Amino acid sequence: MKAQLSKEDLLRAYRKMREIREFEDRVHVEFAKGTLPGFVHLYSGEEAVAVGVCEHLNDLDRIASTHRGHGHCIAKGVDLVGMMAEIYGKQTGTCGGKGGSMHIADLDKGMMGANGIVGAGPPLVAGAALASKLRKDGSVGVVFFGDGASNQGTNFESMNLAVTLELPMIFVLENNGYAESTSVKYSAKVGSENIADRARGFGMPAVTVDGNDFFAVYEAAGEAIERARKGGGPTFLECKTLRYYGHFEGDAQTYRPKDEVKNARANNCPLKRFAAAAVEAGLVEAAELEAIDKDVLALVEKAVKEAEAAPQPDMSALLTDVYVSY
Amino acid sequence: MARKIMFKDAINEAICLEMARDESVILLGLDVAGAAGTDQERDAWGGVLGVTKGIYPKFPDRVIDTPISESAYIGAAVGASACGMRAIGELMFSDFLGVCFDQLYNQAAKFRYMFGGKAVTPVTIRTMIGAGFSAAAQHSQSPYSMFAHVPGLKSIIPSNPYDAKGLLAACIQDDDPCVFFEHKALYTMKGEVPEEHYTIPLGKANVVQEGKDVTIVALARMVQVATQAAKALAKEGIECTIIDPRTISPLDKDTIFSSVEKTGRLVVVDEDNDRCGFATDIVGMVAQDLFRSLKAAPQMVTPPFVPVPFAANLEAEYIPNAAKVQAAVRKTLE
Ligand SMILES: Cc1ncc(C[n+]2csc(CCOP(=O)(O)OP(=O)(O)O)c2C)c(N)n1
Ligand SMILES: [Mg+2]
Repeated sequence: MKAQLSKEDLLRAYRKMREIREFEDRVHVEFAKGTLPGFVHLYSGEEAVAVGVCEHLNDLDRIASTHRGHGHCIAKGVDLVGMMAEIYGKQTGTCGGKGGSMHIADLDKGMMGANGIVGAGPPLVAGAALASKLRKDGSVGVVFFGDGASNQGTNFESMNLAVTLELPMIFVLENNGYAESTSVKYSAKVGSENIADRARGFGMPAVTVDGNDFFAVYEAAGEAIERARKGGGPTFLECKTLRYYGHFEGDAQTYRPKDEVKNARANNCPLKRFAAAAVEAGLVEAAELEAIDKDVLALVEKAVKEAEAAPQPDMSALLTDVYVSY
Repeated sequence: MARKIMFKDAINEAICLEMARDESVILLGLDVAGAAGTDQERDAWGGVLGVTKGIYPKFPDRVIDTPISESAYIGAAVGASACGMRAIGELMFSDFLGVCFDQLYNQAAKFRYMFGGKAVTPVTIRTMIGAGFSAAAQHSQSPYSMFAHVPGLKSIIPSNPYDAKGLLAACIQDDDPCVFFEHKALYTMKGEVPEEHYTIPLGKANVVQEGKDVTIVALARMVQVATQAAKALAKEGIECTIIDPRTISPLDKDTIFSSVEKTGRLVVVDEDNDRCGFATDIVGMVAQDLFRSLKAAPQMVTPPFVPVPFAANLEAEYIPNAAKVQAAVRKTLE
């Protein structure tokens, strides 16, 4: 699989993952200073899922995201500088400061929005996929959702709808073990460790992969997306991963084992694993990755500085964008 | 002087007292205890803002964490209540009503009427409302008017710790479906709350203060905004009555009407927009029944007809404030 990725592909994927990590780690720091408003849910630790999937997509393909949406946005090509400004509630933000962290969207990039409602994505992407199918343009719809969201009726109904209508749709389950403080072992007793088993019952192919292994996600997503593009219907892709921060910023996380995150950061970090595998295979050089790291650091620094300096939305923005007419 | 506790602790206390008094009271919701299925100690969260923390250790069998399936668990609270339990279902944010609305709108609300008076459904749904936290369009709304519009549901909206405890106890004991709205900005508000059990009747307004010139009607956090405005107006010699209906269905029309009959002037302050909502409802009733008592056109101080914005400056402008209430009061005196 690794061989199928050109050096350029590999460096681009690594850059995306680094952008997500750097962005989220910086938002974490800024939030702790008390400078950021609202509820913020960070994606650090899950980078390989968003990037492993979105590397197969173009701007015509649609994705829908979750409350933990920054990673999906970056992976789908949303401008990181605008995203930071949005999180700061500034006029220059992706949504003009009117949506914030939980509602970043960029429809031109096929990014249908982060979402404050758990389980809202699957029906929307079923609709996106239906539009793709009717237009016959070969595009697909991908919905990202969590283990907690997998228990929403909207998700079950959408799985059935996607199978019934043979939609070009991929259900990407980010199983990070927790929904807020609740373990997936409690909320989804599927008989096996894998929530993907449910999807098979709906009549679609379903696979479970190591979500911290970029190459495993990339390969499985590639197969599913190709099948969907060719009219082969929906696929369910479960990615096992872990979030490095609390459910939201400010969560004391007493429900987690002490060393869970420390161990994961040391031994199961998707970026470290990617770098080790790619360098070892002689596909990229460590120095090239380090150069990307430096670049991304500077980009995120610029995003923060610009966000801080940007003006608040004009007061007139309060009353606009309610309808197309105003 | 009675002890002072926070609004959120008053809610917690009401639930504990009802659970102790009545074994049929159960609490269902997302992370209402927390850490379910982990190897760590339960009660890790006590709800997203810690309101129910400490209840699970006291009643481990009756505090039930659920999967994220609002349709199923809010519906199950309704169904269990139709079968002899007194379930409290916690819908974390009232904005999530869309996920489970049928179970309240078509089921809980209509059982009794459709079944010819045979059903009793003593369910209580607790849910958060309110803007002011940069929580944006899907976590900041105050959609109680949508519930109050439905015959068969009761809508309860406390504005202080004392009322929160007494009204929640009344909801849990009430034999009809009640939706109890908790403004998140009030959770840390402190006030005098007796330790013992008590209830406040549903459908009885609270007259916060009396004044001869203008009647202000306000709910939840807007009671504070109205009070602030009234204080400023008092310095100019304008005296306001402030009425907190506390429940909007049932509604204590009598208290509102008898005040407006005296003052002849009405201002309704609400954190929800006024289209087909609470503010319009009150103004409409007064216009119809008390037309001759009115000395000026009733005024509404409400947010514009837009979703709740994220940016801090826009959100601050969205929420009604004391200056806007003062201006509305002055307008009735022009
Ligand atoms: C309908 C609805 N119910 C509950 C919530 C509150 N909530 C936000 S995120 C979340 C947990 C989601 O868990 P999961 O789907 O596993 O995603 P993760 O946070 O792990 O990425 C909950 C309960 C919500 N936003 N919407
Ligand atoms: Mg999860």
